Amino acid sequence: MAILINERTRIIVQGFTGRIGTFHAQEMIDYGSNVVGGVTPGKGGQKHLGLPVFNTVREAVEQAGAEASIVFVPPAFAADSIMEAADAGIRYCVSITDGIPTQDMMAVKNFLRLFPKQDRMMLTGPNCSGTISPERSMLGIMPGHIYSRGVVGVVGRSGTLGYEAADQMRRLNIGISTSVGIGGDPIIGSSHRDVLEKLEADPETKVALMIGEIGGPMEVEAGVFAKENMSKPLVAYIAGLTAPPGRRMGHAGAIISSAGESAAEKVERLKELGVTICPTPSLMGETVAKVLAAL
Amino acid sequence: MDIHEYQAKEILADYGVRLAEGGLAHTVEEAVQRSREIDGNVWVVKAQIHSGARGKAGGVKVCKTHEEIEATAESLLGKKLVTHQTGPAGKLCSKLYIEAGTDIAREVYLAFMIDRSHERIVMVGSAQGGMDIETLAATHPDAIRKIYIEPAVGLQDFQARTMAFALGLGDELLNHAIRTIKGCYRAMRDLDANILEINPLVVTRKNELIALDAKMSFDENALFRRTRIAELRDNSQIDSREVAAAEAGLSYVGLDGDIGCMINGAGLAMATMDMIKLAGGEPANFLDVGGGASAERTEKAFRLVLADKNVKAMLVNIFAGINRCDWIAEGVVQAVRNIGMTVPLVVRLSGTNVEEGRRIIADSGLPIITAETLAEAAEKAVQARNQAAA
Repeated sequence: MAILINERTRIIVQGFTGRIGTFHAQEMIDYGSNVVGGVTPGKGGQKHLGLPVFNTVREAVEQAGAEASIVFVPPAFAADSIMEAADAGIRYCVSITDGIPTQDMMAVKNFLRLFPKQDRMMLTGPNCSGTISPERSMLGIMPGHIYSRGVVGVVGRSGTLGYEAADQMRRLNIGISTSVGIGGDPIIGSSHRDVLEKLEADPETKVALMIGEIGGPMEVEAGVFAKENMSKPLVAYIAGLTAPPGRRMGHAGAIISSAGESAAEKVERLKELGVTICPTPSLMGETVAKVLAAL
Repeated sequence: MDIHEYQAKEILADYGVRLAEGGLAHTVEEAVQRSREIDGNVWVVKAQIHSGARGKAGGVKVCKTHEEIEATAESLLGKKLVTHQTGPAGKLCSKLYIEAGTDIAREVYLAFMIDRSHERIVMVGSAQGGMDIETLAATHPDAIRKIYIEPAVGLQDFQARTMAFALGLGDELLNHAIRTIKGCYRAMRDLDANILEINPLVVTRKNELIALDAKMSFDENALFRRTRIAELRDNSQIDSREVAAAEAGLSYVGLDGDIGCMINGAGLAMATMDMIKLAGGEPANFLDVGGGASAERTEKAFRLVLADKNVKAMLVNIFAGINRCDWIAEGVVQAVRNIGMTVPLVVRLSGTNVEEGRRIIADSGLPIITAETLAEAAEKAVQARNQAAA
């Protein structure tokens, strides 16, 4: 099963013919993802990496049956590309682009809400490493070989910390159903909660791991959702114990700007909500292993 | 990106917000000159630094004579001011804003910010101005009014009116209050601000509405299309290491510990710092070297970390995805040789081409301590720090 993508999902790359788009499109193809083409306005009709290039996302949907897209378009134009995907009927979009203005993302979220829920595109990112359903499909920029297939669903804001978690689990022979990077920006397509909702509904997923960080209310909202709506256990790690208030720690959204946004406060609230906390970032794999063993 | 009060006031004046008469001074003579140009017999001298709580730190002084202005300017210019927001190092004051004294009848609070839960701009107001909003939120949450603004249609008149009434500005000030509120919203939206705060917004005894203080902070990601705003950046207000880092395309935050860090990815960087702390050490910095780290970039990162004289050991933790461990390893070896590094170095590599990366480190013959896991890396870094400090 997995969530969001599988081996059949028909993928297009927006910003296909650029240097970064080309590199990662090839990596995804090599991984086995079902990439069916890409979009670069003005280059429609050409072939790139042996696949068709389209002028618009709509053409890619109509002619290549595109269902999912990945956006590598530069920050100034990325919001427009995401909205084009939503309008064309793409079901799931990953935006890798780092540096999209916050107000552009406000406009994107507003635009997405104009669609009735059943027709609304799901967006993850921006500023994320993408989504992978191991051994089936990779819609992202992660090193695919560190992920093995299994029963743990992962959602996290950070790319490399997600790799660390996947690696720790692989060493303990624990596999992943789907791992979703939701991104480090203040306003993002989907929250931890949105992904947990999908993981709860996925028959393949037995345990969920949430990798959060300082800033914003999202992790606690996910904890509340888990307590009220999830039958599956939730394990969490929150990065940023040593982060001083008011300082941006790399990610645009990783800043403690009001009460409840520090790592310690989030951990405290999540514990109260019955979430299993990884005591250190090197024990993400072992904590998941314990929870799995208790099932 | 933060800007100074005087810059925020210049912007707000363009958007119809009324201010007390004022002017900028770079020298003591200019400060006195400004006060002579401003009517009245009371002036306020305000230190221009990127920090709130300047008043308590002696950065805002009411003066009644030109001699007082001179003495105050003398005492502030070229000095570092320490507020509870600046940290112990303080911030350099190289400009003063001289403003006409205002006869205050009442102070209110007005701000616009990005609300991450609602994914909208929120307008925040309180009839109790002058306090910082966090304190007010903790002590008098009922005194705060929040109004969310739908991005497609923007701030509506009824919302501005509602806020004006909530702030007790319902009398003959109403129209002016609405103009002020709408002007602030337009400045926030048009200029890609993250925060616009007027604290306090005051009603004078002559029943005028004046922005007595103003703070604006802007979305770094939008500066490419706000060139006029980008020019307002004042690097003297930012840690010089952070300025150097930004120029090298690195993300760096200086901290108080003594274990220097170079990591790829913000989340992994925070987690590694947490691990150092849990192992009994204190990180000296946050540093995300990013994807595609070339040897040149790695060396720049090393120089940045080691420029901090507190650093007694350094930890490199790379989980290579887009990066490749062999590239990173070559960069590390080159950096150590070129810099002539003297503090102990712990390197942990994982991910793409890890064997090749480890071989390069081993074959270098350099005294680099290696680690396989995150926990081991942090423990070894703390150990190395303790030995170096002993």
